[in-house]
Amino acid sequence: MGAYLAFKELWRNKGRFLLVSMVIALITMLVLFVAGLAEGLGLGNIEYLSKLNADLLVYQKDTELSIAASRIGLSRLNDIRRVEGVKAVGPLAFHRVTIVSGPTMLGIARRPLDVTMIRVEPGQPGEPPVVSGEQLKNTRGKDAIIDRNVALRTGYGVGDVFTVKVIQGTKEQFYPLKVVGVTDGRQYSIQPSIIVPYLTGEEIRPKSEVEFGPRADLDCNVVAVQLVNPAERNFMKERLESLVSGIEAVDIPTAYQATPGYAAQQGTLNTQRYFALLIGVLVLGGFFQIQTLQKVPQIGVLKAIGVSNLTIASAAMFQIVMVTCLGVFLGGALTLMLSLALPPVVPISFTGSQVGLALGSLLVIGPLGGLVSVRYSLRVEPLVALGLNQ
Amino acid sequence: MMDSAATNGTSNAPIALETNGVTKIYGSGDNQVVAVNQVSIRVLAGEFVALVGPSGSGKTTLLAVLAGLLRPTSGSVWIDGQELSRMSDGQRTRFRREKIGFTFQANNLVPYLTALENVELMVRLTGACKSECRERSVELLTRLGLGDRLHYLPRQLSGGQQQRVAIARALIHSPAVVLADEPTASLDSERAFQVVETFANLIHLERRAGIMVTHDMRLCRFVDRIVRMRDGQVAHIITDRAEIDALAKGE
Repeated sequence: MGAYLAFKELWRNKGRFLLVSMVIALITMLVLFVAGLAEGLGLGNIEYLSKLNADLLVYQKDTELSIAASRIGLSRLNDIRRVEGVKAVGPLAFHRVTIVSGPTMLGIARRPLDVTMIRVEPGQPGEPPVVSGEQLKNTRGKDAIIDRNVALRTGYGVGDVFTVKVIQGTKEQFYPLKVVGVTDGRQYSIQPSIIVPYLTGEEIRPKSEVEFGPRADLDCNVVAVQLVNPAERNFMKERLESLVSGIEAVDIPTAYQATPGYAAQQGTLNTQRYFALLIGVLVLGGFFQIQTLQKVPQIGVLKAIGVSNLTIASAAMFQIVMVTCLGVFLGGALTLMLSLALPPVVPISFTGSQVGLALGSLLVIGPLGGLVSVRYSLRVEPLVALGLNQ
Repeated sequence: MMDSAATNGTSNAPIALETNGVTKIYGSGDNQVVAVNQVSIRVLAGEFVALVGPSGSGKTTLLAVLAGLLRPTSGSVWIDGQELSRMSDGQRTRFRREKIGFTFQANNLVPYLTALENVELMVRLTGACKSECRERSVELLTRLGLGDRLHYLPRQLSGGQQQRVAIARALIHSPAVVLADEPTASLDSERAFQVVETFANLIHLERRAGIMVTHDMRLCRFVDRIVRMRDGQVAHIITDRAEIDALAKGE
């Protein structure tokens, strides 16, 4: 009976309820976009680290897990490699470079693209698996693996040659690199990435005037460590820190959560998301409360003729759920269409679990916002039908 | 107890409604107001009674007590052999939808249901509205002159038409008692006469007990008995047809 009354009222007041559904749809879009942005920006910061094929990441001690500040020399890398229980180690160094290549085959000029150049040792932890082409082989080869985002934004594919521009000393230097493989998304520091052999990258990397020229000792920012037994992560972390001086080892989630700005960025975006949900609760609560206030005499008559509180409450809740579901559906569909139209440079990413969580939250806010109006309608006295107030 | 013999051939009819010493007091202490004071009345099936009296005389409070919307402070209300004043809230709600028909001054109809759906609502409340219920609803509305307005929403109907739909709704589920709270308050005289005449005819035809609260004595020409209230008490009961007609004519 509640569903019957609710459906009839919805059907005969389609415009009014559709308007509220549209408001919910807009809130849904806002929540989904903020969630997508949080995910996209988060990925842009930590995608490479989060997918790292390693169990531990080793930093220089007292650098507060800052990759940019951390420096680990070759001798210490070898010390780590020799610790019992370590299966493989890979030095990782991160630099900003710019891809400045000529026009495409169709003669369209390519725009310069700032990327993160990640230096890895071929075949060691840190080198991502390719989805097309092949892995790095030559430790000094002028080869590169590009991530999906570079491929999308530049149009390069396996076999293409591109040029990177770096500042070394006070001069711009240009280095050609050949694409040998394409990997999936591996962004770092909100930039797409290219992965190059460690020694090749040593030649290409930006250098100051002072260090311009051959160096006596190579160093890297951090070291990716694969363990013989990944389950012994905590034990190995302590062992590494006790046997190798001046290092700090952490697991991968700790590493990417410590990425500068990541926690603050996620906190800000999550706050926006929660506020959008709160606004949704208030808008829905307000609408249904006003509607209930307008319907007090009508609810009084319904109660007077024998309609139970259960029917009144279920009718109200059915309406709220229907309006919310329609709004969330419309919002979800509009978000999907809009996201398909967005260029790949927009850092928005939707994952099943994150979208599910956002949609679930949105479906909860309707009934939550409507609870006050349901409670109010239950308190309406049937005596109001007779103009009496007890 | 004040009792009367009905004048429309209902003297052998069963008692549909009976009150014994019903008293309703609002507030407490110095703020106490005795709205209804020791009222005992009896209405037979097929009898149409007008409850009249000045404002504040306790008519509407008595109607609320008879409908089970208010619990009497003391006394008892019996409808169709069941004592209403002893029922729980839930039982009284169920009792209202099964045994009582209602029309009100205003906001009578559910605005988003058509005339036919408003009438069927009472049957739907106690189960499904199948073909019999649909036929009876259509028949009632047609008898009330609304055969061509079955699928109109209340806002598309005039005040008189809305009241007639409310009357059909009050009778569709064959209640023991039909209560009307100033059903013609918002209508012009001509419409008011039409509505009450139709109401009275259906009460008699369907053998229901009808109680109508009204200020308009002219409408009493359609009732079988007038219960006049003053200061919460039954001041006078008029059963004589000639006296009722004279009052209705303002003589």
